[in-house]
Amino acid sequence: MIRLLLRDIVLAVRAGGGFGLGLAFFLIVTVLVPFGVGPEADLLSRIAPGILWVGALLSCLLSLDRIFQLDFEDGTLDLLATAPIPMEGVVAVKALAHWLTTGLPLVLAAPVFGVLLNLPGPGYVWLVASLALGTPALSMIGAFGAALTVGLKRGGLLLSLLVLPLYVPTLIYGTEVARRGAEGLDLGAPIALLAGITLAALALLPFAAAAAIRVNLR
Amino acid sequence: MSIWEYANPLKFMGWTAPLVPVLSVLAAVALSVGLIWGYFFTPDDYRMGASVKIIYIHVPSAMMAINAWAMMLVASLIWIVRRHHVSALAAKAAAPIGMVMTVIALITGAIWGQPMWGTWWAWDPRLTSFLILFLFYIGYMAMWAAIENPDTAADLTSVLCLVGSVFAILSRYAVNFWNQGLHQGASLSMDAEENVADVFWVPLLVAIAGFVLLFVALVLVRTRTEIRARRLHAIVARERMG
Amino acid sequence: MTSLLEVQDLTVQRGGVAVLAGVSLSLAEGEALILRGPNGSGKTTLLRTIAGLQPSSAGRISVVPEAIAYAAHADGVKSVLTVVENLRFWSGIYGAGGVEEALETFELEGLADRPAGALSAGQKRRLGLSRLLVTGRSIWVLDEPTVSLDRAAVAMFAGAVRAHLAAGGAALIATHIDLGLEARTFDVAPYKARAGSGEGEFDEAFL
Repeated sequence: MIRLLLRDIVLAVRAGGGFGLGLAFFLIVTVLVPFGVGPEADLLSRIAPGILWVGALLSCLLSLDRIFQLDFEDGTLDLLATAPIPMEGVVAVKALAHWLTTGLPLVLAAPVFGVLLNLPGPGYVWLVASLALGTPALSMIGAFGAALTVGLKRGGLLLSLLVLPLYVPTLIYGTEVARRGAEGLDLGAPIALLAGITLAALALLPFAAAAAIRVNLR
Repeated sequence: MSIWEYANPLKFMGWTAPLVPVLSVLAAVALSVGLIWGYFFTPDDYRMGASVKIIYIHVPSAMMAINAWAMMLVASLIWIVRRHHVSALAAKAAAPIGMVMTVIALITGAIWGQPMWGTWWAWDPRLTSFLILFLFYIGYMAMWAAIENPDTAADLTSVLCLVGSVFAILSRYAVNFWNQGLHQGASLSMDAEENVADVFWVPLLVAIAGFVLLFVALVLVRTRTEIRARRLHAIVARERMG
Repeated sequence: MTSLLEVQDLTVQRGGVAVLAGVSLSLAEGEALILRGPNGSGKTTLLRTIAGLQPSSAGRISVVPEAIAYAAHADGVKSVLTVVENLRFWSGIYGAGGVEEALETFELEGLADRPAGALSAGQKRRLGLSRLLVTGRSIWVLDEPTVSLDRAAVAMFAGAVRAHLAAGGAALIATHIDLGLEARTFDVAPYKARAGSGEGEFDEAFL
């Protein structure tokens, strides 16, 4: 399992575009928003948590189809399916690798982008906390979507269509934590719910995704 | 003989054939009675005026939008557990109907909301939930359309329906949390004080019965079409095998 | 000789259509079986079914659990990893050693640190086959293993199979060329599924 994790990370790093592409996309979304809504600092600081969350979510979406697609095309997935590790474990490890190469850099870079959007002072900690807590769910839900569409020739668009509605609860609780944090409000409820969604996704979705992959391989 | 015998495609075609016209006529009668009664023979609401009458379409279609998804969930579970082809095809057949019901609920809601709230659309929890439900229907149908092998499609859409149901419920609560809305409380509930007045209530029940009958009739017709398509597929495949 | 793999009356399907029906075969320790049949006759489907990648529609496969190593047209070789990294990955997954021996058997030592993307098709194929040696599994299920191999490499591969058989393993190989192995052949052509040929048929419920 560790081997698979290390291999996926090495592949992402060497193939390029793993860390870089998602982050660059996140930056561009963050830069485009002020062009769209105007440069007033008040408005930007009010919408900053939401924009950063939506930006992180979209950057995460960008690399989802690579979780299984390449391994499916070159036959690795067939070989992994006959290897002595459970498919559920493969899915979980691949989602973790996706998070480490996409989600984690987004979490770490978010404060920098927060500066661009005038995020209020107390908001930084909670922005990072909410992203750190929520992005694993994004990767896991995304891995489920990728597992459903792995057998399809042009699955990318369908993948987005399937995954984005599933992201709604995570996005709502995540931005709520970040927003309340920025405004200095009580955020116990949303942070507990966000953690709940993430834990539930991590606990249950590997089984659904593994079932989908087995169906797609036959 | 077990009840599952009726799920055999041939048997299913047999026992549903006489059912379709009966259900269609019943649906037409119930809908006509409910809607005409509701529109022409009920008083205007003292607060909402004549615009309240859209309730006879809005409430039943909203109910069916959710019930259709619930039916798809049950059918998907039956497919996963017992692998009855008709069950998977019924889920496939119900999706577009559920989607249209969702659209009807959204549009009638907008038409009702405009004079009431002064806006066509508000990010009210119920409206938002229905919009999300609409997206789930779109994704589910796109999944069916994208996969060629019918059994693979049935398996994958069933998994999607299961996971989607869980997330739809999560979204419902998340959206509630996100914004407390404008929408009035449920029009129908067991708690009598919450209910709409009796004058509106009886024709509404008739209209709902009409929508349920219409839904069942449409699902049967569409399932029968899907079975015929599968049969054609099987015949062609067999021809090719020689 | 104990039997490692026993297939009885198997019906396999591809895309929901039965391709082979009533296939029975067995494989004992130290034995190789060569599958033959024209293109599209269902060899790949049969091998994938035996490897457990797809369900059969009828029949029985009895095999010791986790004994099969499967290799097909697609090697699962990652082009950005080096040859030795590719092998180490699979040996780690299977928890068996033998990376050095595998490199040696397929004469890949000189290429060990080269990225797999820089290999020729035949070299990549050799790398894909050398993966079998690090799985530590007793039954090799191989689908066209000699594609894009030159004569010397085919001999290399035949040697590896022979050594595997001598060590008590078994191999089920779909191939068109003569590997020079003392092996039985199994022609799949007579098992071609015909409409109305048996139970558990595709979509029979709809007819």
